[in-house]
Amino acid sequence: MSDATAPAPARQSTLGHIGYVLRDNPVTLVAFLMFALLIVLAFFGPMLAPYDPLASNASRALEPPSWDHWFGTDNLGRDILSRVIVATRLDLTISVAAVALSFIAGSVLGAVAGYWGGWVDAGLSRCLDTIMAFPLFVLAMGIVAAMGNTVENIVYATAIINLPFYARLVRAEVNIRRNAGFALAAKLSGNSDARVLALHIFPNALPPMMVQVSLNLGWAILNAAGLSFIGLGVRPPTAEWGIMVAEGANFIVSGEWWVALFPGMALVLAVFTFNLLGDGLRDMVDPRRRT
Amino acid sequence: MGRLRQISKRVAQAIPVVVGVVIISFVLTRALPGDPAVYFAGATADEKSIAEVRANLGLDKPLPTQFLYYVRDLATGDLGRSLSTGQPVTEDLARRLPASLELTLCALLLSCLVAIPLGVLAATRPNSWVDHLCRVLVTTGVSMPTFFTGILLIYVFYYLLGLAPSPLGRLDFIYIDPPSVTGFFLIDSILAGDWETFLGALKQLVLPAVTLALFTLAPIARMTRAAMLSALSSDFIRTARAAGLTWRTILFGYALRNAMLPVITTLGMVFSFTLGANVLVEKVFAWPGIGSYAVEALVASDYAAVQGFVLAMALLFVALNLVIDILYTLIDPRIGFAD
Amino acid sequence: MLLSVKDLKVVFRTRRGPVEAVRGIDLHVEAGETLGIVGESGSGKSVTSYALLRILDAGGSIRAGDIVYGGIDLRHAPERQMADIRGREISMIFQNPRSALNPIRKVGHQIEDVLRRHNRATRGTARAKAIEAMEAVKIRDAAKRYDAYPFELSGGMCQRIVIALALACDPRLLIADEPTTGLDITTQKAVMDLVSQLIRERGMSAIVITHDLGLAAQYCDRIAVMKDGEVVETGRSVDVFTAPRHAYTRRLVDATPRDGASIRSLLPAEVRTPELTHTPSPEPLLRVQDLVKTFEGKSGPVHAVKGVSFTVHDGETVGLVGESGCGKSTTSSMVVRLLDPTSGHIMFAGEDLAKTPAKAFARDPRRASIQMVFQDATDSLNPRHSAERSIEEPLRRLAKLSSRARIDRVRELADLVGLPRHLLDRFPHQLSGGQKARVGIARAIAVNPRFLILDEPTAALDVSIQAVVLNLLADLRAKLGMSYLFVSHDLHVVRLLCDRVVVMRDGEVVEAGTAEEVMEHPSHPYTAELIAAAPRPPVRHQAA
Repeated sequence: MSDATAPAPARQSTLGHIGYVLRDNPVTLVAFLMFALLIVLAFFGPMLAPYDPLASNASRALEPPSWDHWFGTDNLGRDILSRVIVATRLDLTISVAAVALSFIAGSVLGAVAGYWGGWVDAGLSRCLDTIMAFPLFVLAMGIVAAMGNTVENIVYATAIINLPFYARLVRAEVNIRRNAGFALAAKLSGNSDARVLALHIFPNALPPMMVQVSLNLGWAILNAAGLSFIGLGVRPPTAEWGIMVAEGANFIVSGEWWVALFPGMALVLAVFTFNLLGDGLRDMVDPRRRT
Repeated sequence: MGRLRQISKRVAQAIPVVVGVVIISFVLTRALPGDPAVYFAGATADEKSIAEVRANLGLDKPLPTQFLYYVRDLATGDLGRSLSTGQPVTEDLARRLPASLELTLCALLLSCLVAIPLGVLAATRPNSWVDHLCRVLVTTGVSMPTFFTGILLIYVFYYLLGLAPSPLGRLDFIYIDPPSVTGFFLIDSILAGDWETFLGALKQLVLPAVTLALFTLAPIARMTRAAMLSALSSDFIRTARAAGLTWRTILFGYALRNAMLPVITTLGMVFSFTLGANVLVEKVFAWPGIGSYAVEALVASDYAAVQGFVLAMALLFVALNLVIDILYTLIDPRIGFAD
Repeated sequence: MLLSVKDLKVVFRTRRGPVEAVRGIDLHVEAGETLGIVGESGSGKSVTSYALLRILDAGGSIRAGDIVYGGIDLRHAPERQMADIRGREISMIFQNPRSALNPIRKVGHQIEDVLRRHNRATRGTARAKAIEAMEAVKIRDAAKRYDAYPFELSGGMCQRIVIALALACDPRLLIADEPTTGLDITTQKAVMDLVSQLIRERGMSAIVITHDLGLAAQYCDRIAVMKDGEVVETGRSVDVFTAPRHAYTRRLVDATPRDGASIRSLLPAEVRTPELTHTPSPEPLLRVQDLVKTFEGKSGPVHAVKGVSFTVHDGETVGLVGESGCGKSTTSSMVVRLLDPTSGHIMFAGEDLAKTPAKAFARDPRRASIQMVFQDATDSLNPRHSAERSIEEPLRRLAKLSSRARIDRVRELADLVGLPRHLLDRFPHQLSGGQKARVGIARAIAVNPRFLILDEPTAALDVSIQAVVLNLLADLRAKLGMSYLFVSHDLHVVRLLCDRVVVMRDGEVVEAGTAEEVMEHPSHPYTAELIAAAPRPPVRHQAA
């Protein structure tokens, strides 16, 4: 007896699949390269910067880009290129820390609510609804204003406004798998509910989570920069993209475009990278595109 | 009627959310740094006069009592008095709200008009160059911080090309504000028959509206594309094709109508983005809305004003979501019959 | 000749290069004739039908061949002419009728759309004509149904709407693509009877596409059997079924459950071995008494199971039969202790399992003795675990074995269920349906259960694989001395494996008895209806 007539689908390695997605969509490849560049700048930024980002030089204030200062200088004569490079670490740290916090808290809350349901679920849903009832940037403004004007509080505020996305996503992913055959089979194999949830269901919810992480990293950067643009969080003279754009904004109407343009472009590139990366990851984990 | 019951049920569901919003906005603003009593008492105040001011403001009571006062005041529409303007916050907000709404709604309208056709176009030609171009375009849009986009547009259209008026407010000083009916300058100037003012207000509005619209293109266009793709690959589209219906009917009558449902749901999220980004855009363009009001209040630790702003924004957003949900209930016959 | 297809080739673009789904087939349909196209999943039968109407999914295209309908070259006809032909000359009905209708448009309007497209009605007459079309397919209260949305109608009613829509413009050829898939058995029969009656009344031609050889044999004049994109045999239905010429057709005929067949006779003759006997003892192993399950619904309590009692003796196989929604799955979930009953007893080997809550049963020492094989093999395997890891899971938790001993046991189990050892490190998406079913069975028997619940274990499988799996289950029962509770909607399949049968309807047992008795002399009219609903292919008289 055999069912050899039904040929098994050919085996396919994960690497092969990634390769296919990258070939199919060169934009994703570009995103991966830009991501690598961001990581390098975040780790080695201070070593790569040609000048001290805080050293001012009144005699060379507001100079347009030149061979000495590729991105020009600001109103205090500081080198904009150095400040843009050095700011990478701070901006990435804020967004990574915020996303990590909301990822962990959201996963736990969402998984518990999605698996057991009941009053835990109802309570969590009400809380998330209340958070989502605020325009999220406005809520972040309120939180930072209330808790104090520090970098840590920007992280907490960003984490809180991201929390509903993770909690809801995990809740939905866990909920649809709660009664999946493999979860029931795991129970029959002697696994307690907690083990079924942690070892069988949750790992299957990870791929869509990773997509969300990537998209949220970009959004977290935008958020942090937006807060410092209106004077919350990071304070001058610290090098941070949002603040630098805010400082440059005053010179735009008089034609000194470089002060705002370069930090702004850095911001755009970073967010763009994470958004494209999220798209690429989505293609990679989407089961419909697989096989 | 079932539909009506659904709608009233949805309205009832908004109540706990409003309660939550009131609690959060109260808690947030009571934690603001800086002692408002000190601020109010003035530079020459001693401890005694500060304590007096504190008692007058009710700030010496325990927090639950303060909250009850707060709710009582709220019920009468009293949000307190702004420290910086000296006016009641409710009046300040009411005066500035139309400016913010006019900007937000124009931006959203613009965004929908561009994004939905773009999404449909991309969905009918998946993985073509049109699709990839759309994707890069909208991803760029959502990756641009609105404050940066605004600055770039000002540089290009005001400084370099001189096409746009100076980015200061809703109307250049050479015009007189139209007589206030709706508070929307565009509508009021039409009502007054004053086309010159209408054009002046429109010119001021274009750059900030485009800035906001660029930011919100992406979620709408992407959701339209995804929803169209999934609608077009549904079984009922195959039935429609097999029955010989024209491509036009299939695309617009069958696929797009089904695809609009998830798009409408996304609009709620888009509103959240727009209202948040509004704050930044208003600051860049010196737009006299409630966003720039809040930024000024934040800097001055003007807690009544900030509290009023956060609350107003949240209530506005709850109301908009309610409208969206009711709209959805009216369009989708399945609502209320599930499970 | 109404339709002729010559050397049709359909190719799909995929990421691994072009794939030929249809590889040069010849078909023809005479006026007034019904042709059945039969094949298992992946045989290219549905693709063929889409190609005829040129409504292939994205990426698919006709590579070669001629399609001529009434003198018109369908392959090269301009799109505009093609759109006129669809729905007016040739129309089509589909599987899963509920999703085949636009969910947010009233069904009456959907019929109107077709009528007006083909100029069969004007704005003024459309409503009346649509209601007429609905009445033509025997929809009662057509005027009332006109305003309904698909979600408000039953599956059978939706299929009638789809048929009304297809026949509204009096086409000469009807293509039915698995028209009964996704419907309950009794509804299946009603729909097929209706379709064949309408075809006869209107003198239409038809193509019926199905995986069920028995159904095709009953309703079609001629049958074409497809395999891997090719037609392997064509002939009169009776001939194909009673005297198949091609080896594949023979296997398919053998594997189709039918009156008088034994479980071994489902297998190809050359691999048939003597059936292993199992001997049920008179000792009861499981006694279910007055089992009740009531769920809290939004609009009041839902009585899913209303006091069910039955017994399974040691070594016996009992079938639990009923249509969807009859409570058989809820009952089996309670017996396997995944769900707590509202009231009642589950006496297993003398102890009442219902006393231990389902939550605590995972760590109960009796967990290993009751296991389950799930309905959908794909859904029941963790996508992130290899076959080996899946089979090993119960051993890790329920058996005290060293990791060395576990690996040996997994290999032993693989041999026992006929899963080649080299497949053990594969993931579910790299295995075929039959292989996944074997992994699921190996996992269920890993800890030597005394009692196994089989929840429609073959429902998602092709008939030839179903035959293999049923025989595997019969062999395992004999070798390991297990008792089975076989949950199924298909009486013909149940009869092959079961000693006794329990028939359920609306949460209650309506009939119970030996398989013979129930099948030959049903005492309850519902049982008789269920038996009559299954297709009755012509009986094949064979020597072997």
